[in-house]
Amino acid sequence: MAFFDKLKEQLSKTRNEFKSKLDHLFMNFRTVDEEFFEELEEILIVSDMGVEMTMELIDELRDECKLNKIEDPMEIQTLLKEKIKARIKIEEEEEEEKGLTVYLIVGVNGVGKTTTIGKLANLFKSEGKKVMLAAADTFRAAAIDQLTIWAERVDVPIIKHQDGADPGAVIYDAIQAAKARDIDVLICDTAGRLHNKKNLMNELSKLWKIISSELPDSKKEVFLVLDATTGQNAVSQTKVFSEATHLTGLIMTKMDGTAKGGILISLCSEFDVPVKYIGIGEKIEDIARFDPDHFVDAIL
Amino acid sequence: MLFEGLSEKLQSAFDKLKGKGKLTEKDIDMAMREVKMALLEADVNFKVVKKFIADVKEKALGQDVMKSITPGQLVVKIVHDELTELMGGNVSKLSFASKPPTVIMLCGLQGAGKTTTAGKLANHLRKESNKNPLLVAADIYRPAAIKQLKVLGEQLNVPVFSLEGASVPTIGKEAMQYARSKNHDVVIFDTAGRLHIDEELMEELVALKEVIDPNDILLVVDSMTGQDAVNVAKEFNDKLDISGVILTKLDGDTRGGAALSVKAVAECPVKFSCHGEKLNDIEPFHPDRLASRILGMGDIVTLVEKAQKNFDIENAKKLEEKLRKNAFTLNDFLSQLSQFKDMGDLDEMIGMMPGINAKQLKGMKVDEKELVKVQAVIQSMTMEEREKPAIINASRRKRIADGSGTSIQQVNKVLKQFDQTQKMLKTFNGQSRKKGKKFKFPFM
Repeated sequence: MAFFDKLKEQLSKTRNEFKSKLDHLFMNFRTVDEEFFEELEEILIVSDMGVEMTMELIDELRDECKLNKIEDPMEIQTLLKEKIKARIKIEEEEEEEKGLTVYLIVGVNGVGKTTTIGKLANLFKSEGKKVMLAAADTFRAAAIDQLTIWAERVDVPIIKHQDGADPGAVIYDAIQAAKARDIDVLICDTAGRLHNKKNLMNELSKLWKIISSELPDSKKEVFLVLDATTGQNAVSQTKVFSEATHLTGLIMTKMDGTAKGGILISLCSEFDVPVKYIGIGEKIEDIARFDPDHFVDAIL
Repeated sequence: MLFEGLSEKLQSAFDKLKGKGKLTEKDIDMAMREVKMALLEADVNFKVVKKFIADVKEKALGQDVMKSITPGQLVVKIVHDELTELMGGNVSKLSFASKPPTVIMLCGLQGAGKTTTAGKLANHLRKESNKNPLLVAADIYRPAAIKQLKVLGEQLNVPVFSLEGASVPTIGKEAMQYARSKNHDVVIFDTAGRLHIDEELMEELVALKEVIDPNDILLVVDSMTGQDAVNVAKEFNDKLDISGVILTKLDGDTRGGAALSVKAVAECPVKFSCHGEKLNDIEPFHPDRLASRILGMGDIVTLVEKAQKNFDIENAKKLEEKLRKNAFTLNDFLSQLSQFKDMGDLDEMIGMMPGINAKQLKGMKVDEKELVKVQAVIQSMTMEEREKPAIINASRRKRIADGSGTSIQQVNKVLKQFDQTQKMLKTFNGQSRKKGKKFKFPFM
């Protein structure tokens, strides 16, 4: 499977460091003792998993070690993998729906929303769908130009207004155009916004309302784009964005760096939102559907 | 958030130990564990935390913590002082070249906010240091990145140099020639975002550095960055020998622990911090204030400074005069509102007030749209109505509501608010006269 190889290769930088540390840990310790747990704690925290999740995992491992008299560190590795996998939601792909599907892409500034939209458009198009983009980030300088360039690269139509226009009007127009042109997938870009800005979050709720009232029967997805480099603030982002819209999925970008994205594990267990895609590079095909097994195997 | 409770947690931990007389190392260890958790939750890197805790522990052991009535707060103070110290103590400035132009190069990961920061920095240097900056678009990869910088340049009226189709070192060379010929005394290079492990692109930066010989190489870091901040800072520093850091997106609700990690690894100061989407939302970095933020202690100094900067002294004097005469009108109310709005993001300001934590903030967020409505209502009144709101009868109310695009209820609400403010000010006035004190706004 060429694609899986590529994913593995892209994740390899993430993987190498984390894995070598873990391997080192599991090899070097003959028996499971306090020192072992302390080192494991460090490794998990450095993955951005968060103090709480790390403590929870370690406490569970500790208890099970005592209960089942586990002394072999390798057994702990298997246990740890199982525990993490259990926490990452696996959602079976639903039946392909007929008609228009709308994707609203949201997130804080600089996480890679526009780039992700370019990649998604390319992915959907390669699956034979008719794709359209809506440039509803009318705030950031040249955001519309950036999305337009992506639309040209993928060769899909784009609906846009001028800078500073009302994003609601852009989305409304895009929905009408998508209906008229028999589009399968409409992907809407939005301006990056920090989640603690109330008026900007209200604007997002308004966009969501426009989509749901215009397309009551269509499939609607709201994806929150998160940057793998982000630390514990991702929890706060997910919380507030899920309150403002009906989040249906997460996309984690920049997984090709050295950041481990461990926060995913906390997010999946705390919120009822699955991870859908991961971004693994700057090229148009550098996006992959999220697979929990591959993810855990790749980082552990 | 763990931080808000740090003071209280430490306090309760020490309360248990009261009456014990001498504080043992074990007791301090327990307190340090709380501090450690707090720092980790703030995204300070694990290794940095470990070393920091060891240092603080030594300091804390040397002091008679238990003699204090509030040992919890004393420990927080020690931690705060150490944090400030670690982040560089005082404000560090840019190094201007003795022979202009001063060259500043920005670099960092994708999405850290380099382009916006370049614009803000140009604006800041022009306003605060009377410079004539040139912005250079050296991001030749991201779609529309050059256009983005050009738009910012237009908004600020700062020229932007770009060279379509050229390599980055060529852009550097040409830009420097252009800057000299046009007498620009500061040149700011915006570079493409790149991963620190991307050898090829990192080499490109090294090549650019050689051509332009910058006075400052600033690493732009997203304040929300997690544990990986150490790796990023280390790689950029190893390759480029960075001279400073700019911390962005501090208007979010992150604690910004990444700043500490970066500082510890790269051993260079944070020079600026960015606090919003407006082009003047940049300020010199104050280590003590970020220390407070990391520990959840609020940031009153920034708040007071913002207030001072934005309140027109002349206006304030006139207002004070009016207040003394009890002649505060809706017009004054309006100008107060706009001044308050100019101070910046209201949520952000409330967040800076000490003693207010995120939990209490929930549900009491300031809605800036409400303020806009109030402004619209007042602006739809005639001058006479603004001076003498008593004359506003039912038909006038209807007209004002229509004119401002609001409702009669909204007009009533504004009038009531004004009435209350007036009453409050009268009471204030009475008090201040008695005590002979100067009038101050309740939030100052």
